[in-house]
Formats: sequence, C-alpha cells, structure tokens
Amino acid sequence: MTSAVLIERIASARMIFAALVLAMLAGCATQVGDTVDPLEPMNRAVYQFNDGFDRAIAKPVGSAYRDTVPVPIKDRVRNFFGNIGDIFIGANNLLQGKFADGASDWARVLWNTTFGLLGIHDVATEFGYEKHNEDFGQTFGRWGAGDGAYLVLPILGSSTVRDALGTVLDLKTDPLGHARPVADRNVMVVLRATGQRADLLDASRILEEAALDKYAFQRDAYLQRRHSLIRDGVPVAPVAPRSGADLNESLSATVSQDEQSPHVPATDDVVTSASAVGRL
Amino acid sequence: MRLVGRPAASWARLIVAVGLTLGALSVQAQETLPDELVKSVTLEVVSVIAKDRDIQAGNRQKVVGLVEDKVLPHFNFTSMTALAMGQNWSKATPDQKKRLTDEFRILLVRTYASALAAYRDQKFEFRPLRAKPTETDVVVQVRVLQPGAQPVSIDYGMEKTAAGWKVYDVIVGGVSLVANYRTDFSSIVRDGGTESLINSLRAKNRSIAATAEKK
Repeated sequence: MTSAVLIERIASARMIFAALVLAMLAGCATQVGDTVDPLEPMNRAVYQFNDGFDRAIAKPVGSAYRDTVPVPIKDRVRNFFGNIGDIFIGANNLLQGKFADGASDWARVLWNTTFGLLGIHDVATEFGYEKHNEDFGQTFGRWGAGDGAYLVLPILGSSTVRDALGTVLDLKTDPLGHARPVADRNVMVVLRATGQRADLLDASRILEEAALDKYAFQRDAYLQRRHSLIRDGVPVAPVAPRSGADLNESLSATVSQDEQSPHVPATDDVVTSASAVGRL
Repeated sequence: MRLVGRPAASWARLIVAVGLTLGALSVQAQETLPDELVKSVTLEVVSVIAKDRDIQAGNRQKVVGLVEDKVLPHFNFTSMTALAMGQNWSKATPDQKKRLTDEFRILLVRTYASALAAYRDQKFEFRPLRAKPTETDVVVQVRVLQPGAQPVSIDYGMEKTAAGWKVYDVIVGGVSLVANYRTDFSSIVRDGGTESLINSLRAKNRSIAATAEKK
C-alpha cells in the first residue's frame, strides 16, 4: 500500500502487469527446482534497496509519528483507514465463500461509518464484529493458487507471484486511490503508510534482533504467515514431536527425505514432518 | 491482620490451614494443565510489566530478568534447539549440542524479552484446551486482542515431561519460531558446519548485548 502514489507515478499499472508476467514466467521456469526462492539474487538486491529506503525514510518517519502523535489520534487514524479497508476485506471474504465473515465486515463498515463517525472509532469491535485480514492474494490462495516464486517488490516488500497479482488488484480497488483531489489523496496515502510503518516498528526491531540472516528470516516468516492467513489461522501443527524415540524417529525421517533433495524449504519441512506424524 | 494476642489454639489451626493450603498448591503445581499454566504465567508477567515503571521506560535488562524468572522454567530449550536444527541435530556432538542450546537460549530469551517490551495494554483471550487427558503433546492457543486490528494468535506447542508441561515451539500469527529458525540454521550448517552456526549465534548474541548496553 505504501507506494500507491509512487507506483502510479513511476509506472502505469500495465507496466507492472507486464513485469509480473515476466516474473511469473521466470518463476515458472525455475520453480521446477527445489526452492521457494528461485529469484533469490534479484530479491536480495531489491531487499537491500528497500532496507536502505526504510532506514533513510520510512523508519525515521514512522518513529517520529509514533513518538509525537498522541495515542488517541493514532488510534483514530488507524481506525479510519481500517474502516476503508474493511470494504474490500468483506468483498474478499465473499469471493472466498465466507458469507458470514463478509457480512460481518460490511456490518463493521456500516456501524463504524455511522456511529463510529466516518470510521475514526471502531465501535463495531465492541458490538462483537471482529476485524478480519483479507486481500486478493489470500483469495487466490483460497481458490487453490500456489505461492509461485517468492518475490521482493520494491518498497512494498515481501510477496510471491500470487500475492503480487493480488496486490495489483488491491491497489486498483483501493478506495483511497480514487479519492480526489489528487493532492488530498496523496496526503492520505502517505499518512496511511506512515501509520502502518509506525505500527510495525516493534516487529521490525524484533526481526532485527532475532534473525541470523534477516532476508531469509523475513522470507520464511512471510510465507508461513501467508499460509496461516489463507487458512484463516487454523493452526498448522507445530514443527514436530519432541522427546525420546518420537523425536529420533521423526528426525531420521527428515534425514531420509532431505537426502533426496537437500534444499527442502522450511515451510515444506513443517508440513511433511507434521503430516508424517499424522497431525494435520 | 490482627493475629497477635489470639489464643494459641487459633494459631495452631491457622498453621495447619496454611500447611494444608501449601500442600494442595504443590500438588496442583505438578498437575497444572498446560492451558492453565500458559494463562497464569501470561497474566503474571503482564501484571508485572504493567506495574514496573523501569520496564515501561525501556529497561531491557529488567525484562530479560523477568523472562528468566517467570517464563524460562516453562520452556524446553533442548527440544527447541533440536527441532530448529532438524536433521543436523543428530550429527552434532554432545558438546556442540550443549553449546548450541546455550547460545540459542540466550537469543530466544532476548527475542522474547524484546517482544514483551512491546506490550502495551492489549487484552488476552485464553482458549480452553480441547485435548484428551492422555495427550502428551498439545497446542495451547492464546489470542491478543487489539483495538482496530485483527487479533494476533499466539500458539504454544507444549509437551508433557517429568517436570511438568514445557513449551517447545511458539507460533505467532501462524509463524512458527522453530520452523523459521530451521532454514536459517540449516543454510549456515550447510555452508560452514555446526561450529559455524555456534559462532554465528554467539556473534549475534554479543552484538545484541552491545547495542542493549549502548541504550
């Protein structure tokens, strides 16, 4: 979302689409290989660029926002944009056949836009309508589309071929993108991005501290997170069993698998070792 | 409490009562169910943070101390390290296993402390565990509720050991910590062996400690 404006200025949606098709072809060409990240060298380069942008601009702006704007104002800003987001979160729930969730999302919009004074108060949560997290990438995933190759998009960050296509639709349908005059729209897009970055400050600090290789850690976390979101949080069984014979058994099972393909990605590891013990 | 001056008999009764309660408590401690354990530890830690001005002001050392006191005893770091190592675990020597576990433990404690320091005043929703009493491996689900945003799930993979229920994986918003470290670890081991992983962990821990001191 960060760069709706930027992207519109830099390139037309058509060009992005062409780039995505290219990326997808590249993805298809190499996907046969044994890794979720066949475009790693390119991705790392983009990641480097994004990291530089983040350090120089996004993070300082986000920190300043967090430290200077009072909490009630920040909450209102978050709620306001969250309310706008709920419109297409609801649409995506409907597209995924989750009619109750979709209806709940649109009830949220209704309550929050009226009683919540154009969305600045999230009264719907208090009424029992929980906020959801949906987008077109998740809808495609729900429909059965696989990840495709992992992609790092300029400014927007972690994605996959499937999610990047989803993002194109997210941006096209973004109600904020249609706001006019353009100057006002730009201010709102920047404000929304600033708030989002501010909300991620803690997470990015934790990532910084936890990861041995930030790029790989973020990639794997992103992929795990997306899989979880597509399944609406239905818990994936934890990695594998623990103590004693159980552990040794499952570890030796992993060894024999890995001897066939030494680069089995972690996310698949989880699934295979988990299903190996019949936990899914 | 106006106990002073009461007849000796009351005192005796009181002492017996206290003794009985303590006895009941220690029996309970052994049998604490995993979901109850997660709930009581979470609430205890959160209430400490809510009261502690130093922690709120960003005293990281104090959060680390809190994690070590209250949270650590309920984690099985050997399991976590073994799972994060995957097939490489069986190739490590006992000495390497120990050093790996020690370094990984330091890293995890700091990460956990860092996450706790970010706690504001979110509410928790503890889901009752739906598991048979005979199960020895369960997932305890907690949800963190925050206004204006989707709740974040925190799932604890827990195993029953002789010393009670222990956590062996934490899954935040669908992201398993152990699974995430697995790729990180395996690529380092593939390139430079187990010693190189131990060195990376040690270097990482040192650099975090250095930045923490600077603050």
